[in-house]
Parts: sequence; structure tokens; C-alpha cells
Amino acid sequence: MSKNVKFIQGNEVCVEAALYAGLDFFAGYPITPSTEIAEHMSLRLPQTGGKFLQMEDEIASICAIVGASLTGHKVMTATSGPGFSLMQEGLGYAIMTEIPCVIVNVQRGGPSTGLPTGPSQGDVYQARWGVHGDHAIIALTASNHQDIFSITVDAFNMAETYRTPVILLFDEVVGHMRERLVVPEPEEIPLVERLRTSVKAGVDYHPYLPREDGRLPMSDFGGVHRYNVTGLFHDMWGFPSNNSGVTHGLLRHLVDKIKNNVEVITRFKEYYLEDAECILISYGSSARSALHVMENRRSRGDRIGLLELQSLWPFPYELVRKKCANAKHIVVVEMNMGQVIRAVKRAVDHPDRVVLANRIDGFFINPTDIKNILRLIQGKGV
Amino acid sequence: MAVKDYIRQRFFPHIWCPGCGHGIVLNALLRAIDQLGMSKNEIVMVSGIGCSSRISGYVDFHTLHTLHGRALAFATGVKMSMPELNVIVPMGDGDALAIGGNHFIHAARRNIAMTAIIMNNRIYGMTGGQYSPLSGYGTRATTAPYLNIDHDFDIAEMAMAAGASFVARTTTYHVRQMADILKEAILHEGFSVVEILSQCPTYFGRKNKMGSAADMMEMFKKNTTPIGSEAKKENPDLIERGIFVQKDVPEYCSEYDKLIENAMKGQ
Repeated sequence: MSKNVKFIQGNEVCVEAALYAGLDFFAGYPITPSTEIAEHMSLRLPQTGGKFLQMEDEIASICAIVGASLTGHKVMTATSGPGFSLMQEGLGYAIMTEIPCVIVNVQRGGPSTGLPTGPSQGDVYQARWGVHGDHAIIALTASNHQDIFSITVDAFNMAETYRTPVILLFDEVVGHMRERLVVPEPEEIPLVERLRTSVKAGVDYHPYLPREDGRLPMSDFGGVHRYNVTGLFHDMWGFPSNNSGVTHGLLRHLVDKIKNNVEVITRFKEYYLEDAECILISYGSSARSALHVMENRRSRGDRIGLLELQSLWPFPYELVRKKCANAKHIVVVEMNMGQVIRAVKRAVDHPDRVVLANRIDGFFINPTDIKNILRLIQGKGV
Repeated sequence: MAVKDYIRQRFFPHIWCPGCGHGIVLNALLRAIDQLGMSKNEIVMVSGIGCSSRISGYVDFHTLHTLHGRALAFATGVKMSMPELNVIVPMGDGDALAIGGNHFIHAARRNIAMTAIIMNNRIYGMTGGQYSPLSGYGTRATTAPYLNIDHDFDIAEMAMAAGASFVARTTTYHVRQMADILKEAILHEGFSVVEILSQCPTYFGRKNKMGSAADMMEMFKKNTTPIGSEAKKENPDLIERGIFVQKDVPEYCSEYDKLIENAMKGQ
């Protein structure tokens, strides 16, 4: 058992989890604070027969993993803000063509080159709407190493289940901090493998004709079925089409396959919500400070709880509404000017009860920052 | 196999204008593939965006129609993840060398085995005739109404400088040479670049008063010459055709296989 305990960086945890999930192709470009993912991949992947590619930029990186996914491999790339901006084009392509892949964004301060070594959670909406055009997306996050491991495996499983890119929205603090990780035993976490078509050679295979359950069995490039993949609106053959029925049907399919599965996709943790008058809502590294404050106040008898979101998109509106139904105060803790708080306000019955505890100066939000907001709410002043 | 067995008749007619050179390239490419006796299942065609990039839709291979300029980046992922596949990447001049210029030089530098075909018609056709990096100084385009002041560059020279281990040039007039060169390029174990001068009578030709498609092809006959010919010495303005470079350089996927072997041995 002891050999399965490691003391490593969050970025390395992400690599180990990806390998556990069956990753065998990674392409990336160096960028702080995600670089250790590429470094560790370059060491670990060839040991397992997998391939690591350092591309000429982030655009090429996401394109390369989409190409590799089409030959039947589990793929991933990792980057941070500026690189994530460059990847939007390829991300949209993967959404449109329904190619499973995982994109890690270890967030840093932005906009632009911003704060390369400073933490931030400013890319929540870029993850949702950075790609042009209507679409749906899955974005997951985590606050500690054990959760980084399981959520990374989840990301690969969801990418295969829904044939979609999945974004892992980490941040500089969880990426760079070191803490204990107990590596799960093989098969301890179930893995979702690619759903491949059962259509035999010589029989027509429709790559973009969803089954009744909305899923599209794939056929690997190099296999017996030859078909077309395009970022244009396309028919069931994968051939470009501007027929209104085809266009409408495809867009609805792309959105519905994720929107209709919000409850299945949703990941969260809750602490003392049953009787909480004050609920902290947080995610990623901010949730660590929120958890500390919550435990501290609970020990003093305050009726305070924490809802830690681990899936940000599709946003779990119904879950947040129910959990916050009896709360007098809802404090969203995040390192940005107020991003997840927008979704929370849309979700709850009393948006006026929602306030923000944030920090945007490139330093980690600490428990005192949150306590100051709680004191203000309680009319105590800071 | 007949050439028509390599196309997806379901998806015809094609989108190319009458007189366009791209159909000639498609024809020569399919003949080359047929003569090589390749199976349709072992070929992946990856293309970007533009008139030339639509070629991938019409052929009965595994086909990937990607983003403007990014075809080689996608192709790199396909090839690296399954090196036994034959990867062919048809691109336009703007696609390959403006928006895709960076991917082009780095694919050449890695010497990853694939065939990059650049159908150079010196114009952005699909968007209606804007100047490309290959239009050249003094030409006209819809975005160069007062004559173009951008200089072009020599694709073959740039490909060689970037490290491509096979570099050739031909034209749509020289169809037999085109098929022969494409065969060599596909067989080459490394990154091969084939520049094909292709006519766009609709935009480049019309804007620059070059006459009909046939006139433009006549021009390819007149202003090109085999590499190292006597004619070139007398008239340095002639454009050379043929294979400029064909050399053995360690190929990227094979090198990576060795790397994996070392990693597995713990070296």
C-alpha cells in the first residue's frame, strides 16, 4: 500500500491520473504554470509506449491531439490562459466534430500575459464561451490532489461518453502545491472506453448519426470505415451541409447531449449544508480557504456550510438552487471579479442574498479574506 | 482500379470553378495512388480551408477537413499516433504559407513522413480573390486595387531551408510529371513538399488580365523549365520544375519508436 502513496505536485497528479485513465498521446507547448504537465508527460508517456509531442504552439497542440484521437487514442493537452486563448479554435473544432479529448487549463492571472506565476480563476467564462458560436461544454475542477486524480479520470470518461472535449480548469495553486496522494489501485476507478461501431466492413457506417441514446459509435481512422470529418455543419455522412434541417438537428444534438445530462455530469462536495444559514460556495484552490473558514466557524457553533463545486459547466443550477433554498447568506469564494457568482445568482431563489468574497491581486485568497466578508455580513466591520 | 473508384461520387459535383487547376491535381494524385497500388484504408487525407482543401471531401479515404492553416498540425497527430498510415495533406498557398506558415516550417523541420501538396494559385479563391503571400509584387487582387506591394517567397527554397527531405515543383500543365513526382513524394520516408502551380482563372487570372484557363496553363509551359536546364542559364527568370531535394534523413516517427525503446529500458 505504501508504494501507492506519493508526495507530488498537482500538475504531476494530473499526469498520473491521465495515464491511469488510459492516455497514450499528449501534445503541448510550454507555459507557466502548466509546464510541469508537459515535462512529466515527456518522461512518463514513452515508458508506457505512449507518445509525447512538443508542438510549435498551442494551436498546433490541440490540433495534434484531435488528429490522434481520431486514430482511436485517449489524448490530452495542457496549457494556461494565453495558450487557452489560442486553443479556442481547435476546441470549437473538437466540439463540432465530436472528438473526445481533454484540455487542461492551469489558470493564471489575466488578461493577456497577465500574471504568469500568480493564481487566478478568471477563465471560468472563457471555458464556457471562449469558442465562437452556440455550443455546450464540460468543465471540471478540483481543490486537492486526491480530487485532481479522480476528476481527471472523470474528464477522460466524460470525453468518451459524450464524444466531446472536456476542460479541466485547475489553477496555479493546486497545480504547483505538493501534498499527499494515494494512487488508486487499477480498476478502483471505473474507466469508460471508446464506443466503437459494430457495423461490419462493406456495410454503410454513418459517423454522425446518433443512436437513440444520443451517442455516436466511432470508427478509428485506418479502420474499415472511411468517412469525412469537417468543422462545417455536416450530415450523417460527415459531409458539409447547409440544409436547414441538418443544421438545426446538429446544433441541437451538440447542446442537448450535454444539457440533458447535467445531473449525471455534476460533481460536488458538501459540508454541513443541512442546517447552514450561511453557505460558502467555492471551487478549485479557493475552496481550501473556504473549507478552513467553515471548519473554524463550525467549531465555534456558527451554522455555516460549504458547497464545493467540481463541475462548473454545465452549471448545476438546480443543485445550487436546492442546496441554498434555506440559506440567509450565500458567499461565493473565488479568485476573480465575480464569475461563478453570476451563475449562482441565476440559480438561487433570492439573488440578493448572494455576495462575493474574492481576491484579484495575484495572491492566493486566504481565510482572513473570507472572514472579513463574513464579518461585514454580520455587521461587525473588519 | 479505375480512378473513379477512389472518389466519393455521392458528393459530386465539386465546388471548383470551370477552368480551375485543382481538378487536374486531384486527377494526377489519384492516378499516382492507383499506380502505387495503395489501399484506400491506409490513406488519410488531411486538409485545411480554401478551394484546394475541399479535395479531401471528394476522395474515398479517411478524410479530415480541418481549420484554416492547421492541416499539418492535425496530420502530425494522425501520423504520430498511427505511423503505418499514409498521410497526404493538400493545401492552398494561403492556407499552407500565410496562416499555416508556422506549422509548415515545423513539420518540415521534424521531417515527419507525410506528403504536403501545395496547390499554388497565388490567390485566396474561396473568399473572392484577395492577395496571398504568393501573389507577388505588382499583382492585382480585390485587396490590392492599387497593385500589391507584398513580396512573395520561393516555396521550394523555404521548404528546403526548413528541413524538408523531399522538395519538388511542377505545374498543372505538366500532368505526367505531376503524377510521377507525387508517386516519389508519397513513397518518400520523410516530410515531402510538392508545390504545384495551379491556375485560378476566375480571380487571379481575371484580375491580372492573364486570359483563359488554357492561356494560364500555356504560361506554365512557357515560364517554367526543368531543374538545371540550359534555358535557365540563359533566362534566370524561368521557374524550375522537378525534384530539388530527395535525401535520407531520420524520420520523426521512427526516431520516436527508438525513444520509446530507450524509455522502456530505463535509459
